[in-house]
Amino acid sequence: MSTGTTKLDVVVSDVIPVNELVTRFHFRRRDGQLLPTFSGGAHVVVEMRDGERTRLNPYSLMGSPLDTREYTISVRRDDVGRGGSLFMHRNVRPGMEMVISYPVNLFSLDLRARKHLMLAGGIGITPFMAQTAQLAAEGGNFELHYTCRTASLGTYADVLRERYDRRVRLYHDDRDERIELDRLLSSQPLGTHLYVCGPSGMIGWVRDRAAALGWPTETVHFEHFAAPQPGAPFDVTLAVSGKTIRVGEQQSLLEAIEAAGVDPPYLCRGGVCGQCETNVIAHDGKFIHNDHWLSEEEHRSCKKIMPCVSRFEGRSLVLER
Amino acid sequence: MAAKSIISRPVYGTLSPQPGKHHLFVADAEGALAITDLAAKAPDGFFAGAHIIFIPGHDRKHVAALEALKPAQFYQGPSFASALPRLKHTLANAHMGLRLYLAGTEGLIGQAMQAALEAGIDHTSIQTEHRGSLARRVQCVHCKGITENVTTQPATCSHCGLLLLVRDHYSRRLAAFQGVCINAEDRSEIPPTEEIFR
Repeated sequence: MSTGTTKLDVVVSDVIPVNELVTRFHFRRRDGQLLPTFSGGAHVVVEMRDGERTRLNPYSLMGSPLDTREYTISVRRDDVGRGGSLFMHRNVRPGMEMVISYPVNLFSLDLRARKHLMLAGGIGITPFMAQTAQLAAEGGNFELHYTCRTASLGTYADVLRERYDRRVRLYHDDRDERIELDRLLSSQPLGTHLYVCGPSGMIGWVRDRAAALGWPTETVHFEHFAAPQPGAPFDVTLAVSGKTIRVGEQQSLLEAIEAAGVDPPYLCRGGVCGQCETNVIAHDGKFIHNDHWLSEEEHRSCKKIMPCVSRFEGRSLVLER
Repeated sequence: MAAKSIISRPVYGTLSPQPGKHHLFVADAEGALAITDLAAKAPDGFFAGAHIIFIPGHDRKHVAALEALKPAQFYQGPSFASALPRLKHTLANAHMGLRLYLAGTEGLIGQAMQAALEAGIDHTSIQTEHRGSLARRVQCVHCKGITENVTTQPATCSHCGLLLLVRDHYSRRLAAFQGVCINAEDRSEIPPTEEIFR
């Protein structure tokens, strides 16, 4: 069960291919009412009923927070992933009825900032679509630096340039264009907040440079939904509910727990929010931690696991669930 | 060290060197000792990017010790008010990456933080260390006048003359503790005065 969220019954109102990898999906409420208010940076968890299997994937809302007649998400096709994005691309058609969660924001703007400096990589542009719309409407001061592989894969780069002109700066990998990060970070006025969304390597790079250049941690915001990685199947004992379950190769631990009829709390399903944090009672083997929530010390302690993205290899694992 | 009470009462830490190239220190009197203690833990070259604004007080102690750290810029002035234009100018021209360190009396820390907040720095990003007097800046909640260097409980408002209970309730915006009339029901009732904020 998702903590603090309820479900929204929606209908797919439009499906629009954006480029060779990205497709945009529009949702409206089935009852014709307005959707709940959200703020830039919020995401929804989309339920995908695929035969026997239900996938729950988080996607950032990319429409303007000022328009709640519909929600829009953009999904990048991942041919080697666990199949959620492929399901969206292949199976979802206009008119289809779906269920999504209420929006949750784990990547919100700090509106006390004097300036918002945004760094996007690839499909990490989506939360900034909503945030820039929100800021532009209230005269906010922002600057967006967007790195994409090629111009044709620069999803919404044209839209952003048209809307915000020089406030958007584009960098193309195939033209060897790189953000001059140290110079950029060293030339920002006091009171600037930094936001970064993109591949984990980019987020790590930006956070490291910002810290080294004296940016206080409170001013650096990032979001990276780690998709659960497939891995070798493993068995888990759920001590509280008295069940033993097997986590399949393509399944996350959280999904396996849910499939056994146990409902742990969750929000982001991407190793970010901390809701599904679970205590380890006993283990004989090795943890594969993939989350951004627990500290390195907690990872080493082997006393906690984030079942949404992390796995286990070994003989036995007993969890407090 | 100030005792912990209600949540709005500021809590101070110990200065420690932060990453980055630009470091701005504001200190008064014994606050200098917090800076020299930090210097013992700082990496080589740390003070080459440092700017120290110091209000030494009458005895002018600690000036030589701070100069010996060879900061890139060193300023000393007779009062916080005299240093404020320099502080504001420095903050107005600063970029992200500037780290702020405040050390000394609560009045100094509070007023320097007030200027920093106005310049867009979050209070949680500021290093603070309390040294020296516990004398308070107090705002009379009745006439809004501010009385400096309050050491007694209760204290007389230097503006409207009301006898004030000095609360731990603190305003970062005003950089002052709140003083509330202690004998509003019966002004002839005068509780004993104690010197507790030394």
